[in-house]
Amino acid sequence: MDLKTKALTKSIWVFHISTGSCNNCDIEILDLLTPRFDVERFGIQLIGSVRHADVLLITGVMNKKSVPLVKKVYSQAPRPCLVVAVGQCALSQHMFRDSYNVGEPLDKILPVDLYIPGCPPKPEAMIAGIVKLVNKIRGDDGDKRVNQRKA
Amino acid sequence: MKLLFNYLIFPGFLFSACVGLMAGWLERKVSARVQWRKGPPWHQNFTDIIKLTSKETILPEGAKWTFLLAPYFGLVSAVLAATMLGLALIQPGLSPSGDLIVLLYLLVMPAAALIIGASGSGNPLASVGASREMKLVLGYELPFILAVVAVVIKAGGSISLGEIVAFQAGSGSFLYSFSGFLALIVIIFCAQAKVGFAPFEVSEAEQEIMAGALIEYSGLSLAIFKLTKAVMLYTMPLFLSVLFLGKDLSFGMLTLKFIIFLVVMILIKNTNPRLRIDQAMRFFWGPVTIIALLATGLALLGK
Repeated sequence: MDLKTKALTKSIWVFHISTGSCNNCDIEILDLLTPRFDVERFGIQLIGSVRHADVLLITGVMNKKSVPLVKKVYSQAPRPCLVVAVGQCALSQHMFRDSYNVGEPLDKILPVDLYIPGCPPKPEAMIAGIVKLVNKIRGDDGDKRVNQRKA
Repeated sequence: MKLLFNYLIFPGFLFSACVGLMAGWLERKVSARVQWRKGPPWHQNFTDIIKLTSKETILPEGAKWTFLLAPYFGLVSAVLAATMLGLALIQPGLSPSGDLIVLLYLLVMPAAALIIGASGSGNPLASVGASREMKLVLGYELPFILAVVAVVIKAGGSISLGEIVAFQAGSGSFLYSFSGFLALIVIIFCAQAKVGFAPFEVSEAEQEIMAGALIEYSGLSLAIFKLTKAVMLYTMPLFLSVLFLGKDLSFGMLTLKFIIFLVVMILIKNTNPRLRIDQAMRFFWGPVTIIALLATGLALLGK
């Protein structure tokens, strides 16, 4: 593992996209920044501009309006960029599956690196997920994958 | 050769960037402790820079050539300012006459670079950030220069950093006089705006205009801007210590003074909400300028 990959896992800047969620997952995500969990001690920050992002964090079910927007935002992010799906809606479209305005599922559009299930997932579950993501990037499999994305 | 060493290694780029990044860590750590959090480890800002250099640098559609050049422009000027200040501390006798004036010019350059880069990026939010930064510069430069003039008057009309330090070594720090104290209050607020701390961070407001002037920057260019900010974070508290507490500038005392000024700025940052640009302008051109004028007047009277 080289220095740059290590730096990437120690300083993850997260750009948060809500594609039409009910705001429940978003509140749980903000919990991670509170004193109780404080993910900034691992170098994780929420940032405002997608150009600074290392991880796109996507909540909510993809509806027909948000599909092109999410594609656009992903194309604007600098590589290597990972995608994390948070919550049951982003994972499986949940109870909106048969709704008239639901678009394609998220992982048919973007290469999702991490799924965090739950409705909403607990902050502990998200931290466990982040640890798995970091291990994946650091491990052989993840290393290759990041390098492929770069190319 | 020696000048190149001074500029690139000590007390220039490498030294000031490392100290500045550590100061940035102190800022994050103290903020975290104020908010009852644990805060990031000491190497966090270095890690951020290394990570940013490994990321892709995107040139947005419609960006001008100034977009990629502006960050370097800002960093070069900020490092030059840090070098001049450092050299004036190492060899006070050799400090050229008028380096204070040059320093004042160089300290505006990072803001100018931010404005140039943001205007070249072709993003509407970046242009909002650039216009706010421009107004902020117009706001804080007037009281800043007035307060520095007060210091110059107190030092017997000397515009050389070395002579100002020597004068204070003889007659005591300027902080312990009425005019010096008032000028310090003014300059701390201006320094707050110069390093982009709350309450004067309107140009990079993350919540309203999504990092504002920096919105289109990614990868190496963003890392250069972060380094510029780190160098400014090293230069401003050091500048304050030289101007106002210049009596005993041995290494230990200087470090202590540097950290005290830094922590004061961090605490102001953490206890104040962000001002709107019109409130910031009113604040700088109103009370702060009046205090600066008062300081200059008192300095003329010898108080």
